[in-house]
Amino acid sequence: MDISFKNVSYTYQPNSPFAHQALDDVSFSIPSGTYVAVIGHTGSGKSTLIQHLNGLLRPTTGTVTIGDFVMSRTDKPKDMKALRSRVGVVFQYPEHQLFEETIAKDIAFGPKNFGVSDDVIKQRIDDILPTVGIHHDMLERSPFELSGGQMRRVAIAGVLAIKPEVLVLDEPTAGLDPRGQRDVMDMFYSLHKKEKMTTVLVTHNMEDAVKYADHIIILNQGKKYLEGKPETIFSDEDTLQQVQLDVPEVIQFLWKYEQKFGHSIPYNRQSITDIAQAIKEHIKEVGNDE
Amino acid sequence: MSNSLIIGQYVPGQSIVHRLDPRTKIIMIFFFVFIVFFANSVPSYSILAFFAFGSIVLSRIPFRFILKGLTPIWFLIGFTFLLHIIITREGAVLVDLVVLKIYSGGLIQGFAISLRFFLLILVTSLLTLTTTPIEITDAIETLLNPLKKVKFPVHELALMMSISLRFIPTLMQEMDKISKAQASRGVDFRTGPIKERAKAIVPLLVPLFVSAFKRAEDLAMAMEARGYQGGEGRTKLRILRISGRDWVALFLFAVVLAGLFATRHYS
Amino acid sequence: MRQKLVEFRNVSFRYDDDGPWILNDCSFTIYENQSVAIIGHNGSGKSTIAKLMNGLLFPQKGQILIDGKEVNAQTIWDIRKDVGMVFQNPDNQFVGTTVQDDVAFGMENRGIAREEMMKRIEDTLTAVGMQHKRLSEPHRLSGGQKQRVAIASVLAISPKLLILDEATAMLDPKGRQSIMKTVSHLHEQDVMSLVSITHDLEEVMMAEWVIVMNQGEIWAEGTPRDIFTRKDAFHKIGLDIPFVGKLTEALRRADVSITEEPLNHEELLEALWTFHSKT
Repeated sequence: MDISFKNVSYTYQPNSPFAHQALDDVSFSIPSGTYVAVIGHTGSGKSTLIQHLNGLLRPTTGTVTIGDFVMSRTDKPKDMKALRSRVGVVFQYPEHQLFEETIAKDIAFGPKNFGVSDDVIKQRIDDILPTVGIHHDMLERSPFELSGGQMRRVAIAGVLAIKPEVLVLDEPTAGLDPRGQRDVMDMFYSLHKKEKMTTVLVTHNMEDAVKYADHIIILNQGKKYLEGKPETIFSDEDTLQQVQLDVPEVIQFLWKYEQKFGHSIPYNRQSITDIAQAIKEHIKEVGNDE
Repeated sequence: MSNSLIIGQYVPGQSIVHRLDPRTKIIMIFFFVFIVFFANSVPSYSILAFFAFGSIVLSRIPFRFILKGLTPIWFLIGFTFLLHIIITREGAVLVDLVVLKIYSGGLIQGFAISLRFFLLILVTSLLTLTTTPIEITDAIETLLNPLKKVKFPVHELALMMSISLRFIPTLMQEMDKISKAQASRGVDFRTGPIKERAKAIVPLLVPLFVSAFKRAEDLAMAMEARGYQGGEGRTKLRILRISGRDWVALFLFAVVLAGLFATRHYS
Repeated sequence: MRQKLVEFRNVSFRYDDDGPWILNDCSFTIYENQSVAIIGHNGSGKSTIAKLMNGLLFPQKGQILIDGKEVNAQTIWDIRKDVGMVFQNPDNQFVGTTVQDDVAFGMENRGIAREEMMKRIEDTLTAVGMQHKRLSEPHRLSGGQKQRVAIASVLAISPKLLILDEATAMLDPKGRQSIMKTVSHLHEQDVMSLVSITHDLEEVMMAEWVIVMNQGEIWAEGTPRDIFTRKDAFHKIGLDIPFVGKLTEALRRADVSITEEPLNHEELLEALWTFHSKT
C-alpha cells in the first residue's frame, strides 16, 4: 500500500493551556514495498506520525492516505479495523502489550480480533515461529516466564500474525543487548525482502537507518527537516549537525579520512571489508606516486 | 487520552490562590463542603456562588477552560436535576404528562441540588487546579500530625500518597500506550455490545498491572539503595508556612460564612 | 599506589538454593578514583555485581569489601552512603514529585538539615546541568534529564563510588551523550570511583579498566586497548566490537599492517598515515 502525507499537522489538546503542536505541515510519500526510516529526536513528532499510519490519530489539518484509506479532520475510514489489519505496528517495548495466559493465545490475539479463522491462525503461527526464533514447545507457556528478549520476539510475532502489508517499527531494538539488536533488525530486513512488506522504521539510530533503509526522512520539532536516499542525505555535515543528529560512524570516519589524506572515498553502503580495500588501494596508489 | 477531564490536573501559576498555603485551602474547602448544604435561599446561594466565582477570577485560570474540563460532570449534574424533578412531589403541579407530574417543588429542589453539586465540583477542582498534589499531601500530613500520638502511620501514608501522585501521570501515559498497542491489534474499546467492551478491558489491565508491579519492585529497590529506612530520623525538604495572605483569606471566608448564615431562611 | 575501594573475593551468588549460579567465584578489585566498565551480554551477571556492591543482594560464598568494610546486614546503611547507584529505568527510580524533591530524598533519609539540603541541591543540580528544572515534575522531563537528576541525587550524599547500572540503555543518543558528558566531567572533578555497567562501546572506551563478564564468570579484565585486541574471542561470547576495531581488522586482512590497537578514529588515521609513509 502506498502511503502519503499531505500537509499534515497535528495538535494535542488544542485550545487549552497544554496545547502542543506535534506535527507541522508534514508532506511525504512512501511507495508500496519501500523500506523507509524516519529519524528524529525524542519529541520530534515521530510517535505522533506513527499513530497516523493506522488511524490511532487523525490529522488536525491535512490528509493522510494509506492505500484506499483517506484520513483527515473530517474524513474517517468507515472500517478502521480493515486499516489496522493491513498496517501492523510494533510499538516501543512491545513486550508491554503481552497479556494472555499462553504464548500461543497472545500471538493469536490480533488475527482473532480481525476475524481470521483458527486454522489459518495456527498455520500462521507455524510460519512465524522460526522467523522470530521461538520454539514450538514454548507455545503453551506463559509469556511472563520468558526472558526480556524472548518476550519482545513473542510480541513481534503477535503483530506479524496479523499479516500486515505495512509494518511500522517504533524503536524495535530499544533495551536489547547488541546481539539481540542485530538479530531483530536482520529479521525485519529479511521479512521486508521476502514478503515485499512496506516497512517504516522509526528510530534515532542512524546506523540502522543507513544500513537498512531505501529512503530516509528526518523530522525535527514536528517539521520534515530532510529527506532522501541514505547515501546522499549525509552529504551535508552542517545541516545534520544543526539538528544534533549523529552521523553514522563510518561516514564520520570517511570524512576524517578525506581531511587527512585529501582523498574522498564515497559512501554507498559498502561493507567494512570493501572500505578497507578502498583505503588500501588508495594508500598503495599514493605510495607508488611518491 | 482524557483530553478534557481536568479534575486532578494542576495548572501552574503565581496567582494569590496558587500561593495560599495548601492547609488554608483545604480547611476552607472542608468547611465549604459542609456549608453548601446550609444554603437555602437565593441570597445565600448567591453568596456561595460569589465566593466560588470570585476565587476562580483570583486564580486567573480561564473560566472557559474550567467549564470545558467539567464536561463529563455535566451529565451527572443533569441527571441529578432530572431525578429530583421526577421524584419530588411538593408544591403545585406545573406539567401533567399523565405518567409523570412535574411539581414546582421538584423544579426548585432539582435546581438547588444541582447548583450545590456544581459549586462543590467547581471549588474542589479549583483546589487541585491551583495546588500541586504534593502540597495537598504535605498539608494532609501536617493536619494529621496529631494522630501520630495514637500510632497512626502518618508518614507512611503521606509517602504512599506522594508516590502514587508521582506515578499517576506515568501510569496514564502507560495506559495510553497499551491501549493504542491493543487497538492496533484490533481491540475496539469504543463500539460494540457492552459485554464485548468489558472484555476489551482485560488486554488493557493485565499489562498495566504487570508493569505497575515491575515499577513498584524497581522503585522499592531504588529507595532502599538511596538509604530509605522508614520515617525515623528523617528530615524534610518541603515545609509549609502560613503567611499574611492566609489569614486574610481565612478572614474573608469567615465573612462569607457569616453572610451565608445571615441570609439563610429559618423556617 | 591507589587505595583499594571495592574488593570481591571469590564471590558466588544465586537467587535460589537449588537455582543456577548467577555469579561464580568472581574476584576483582576497583581502586579509588578509578573508572571501570563492566560489559557482557544480558544474563552474564553484570547487574548482579552492581546490586551486591551496595548490599541489595548478599553473596552465598565469598566476601565483598567496600573501603575495607565487609558488606553485610549490619554495615549496609553505612555502605549505601559510600556507594550510590543509578538504575536503568529513568522512571522507576524517581521518587520525588519534583526534581528538587527527588534530589532531597536520599538526604532526607539520612537526616541532613534543611539548609544543607538546599545548598547541596543547588550544587548537584548545577553539576549535572539541571538547575533550571529544579521545580519540574518527572513526567515533563526527558529520559536523559531524569537520569541526570538521578545522578544528582546520588552526588548529593557524596559517595565514594557511583555505579551506573545500564543507566543509558533506555535513552536516545542525545540523552546518552548528555549523561556521558556529565559523568566524565564529574569523574575528572571529584574524588570518586565510577563503575559503569553497559553495552555502549563508547562508554567502554572511556573507562580506564574493563571487566568482561560471561556466564557468571569474569572472562577478561584489562584496559580497553587490551580488551579490544581480542576480537575473535569477543565475537564468540556474543559481544560487539567498536567500528574502529572492525575496520582495523578488515584492514589487517587486506594486508595493511597496523601494529598497535587503535582506540579511536584519530589513532587509526595516524596508524594509516604511518603505514602510508612507509610504503
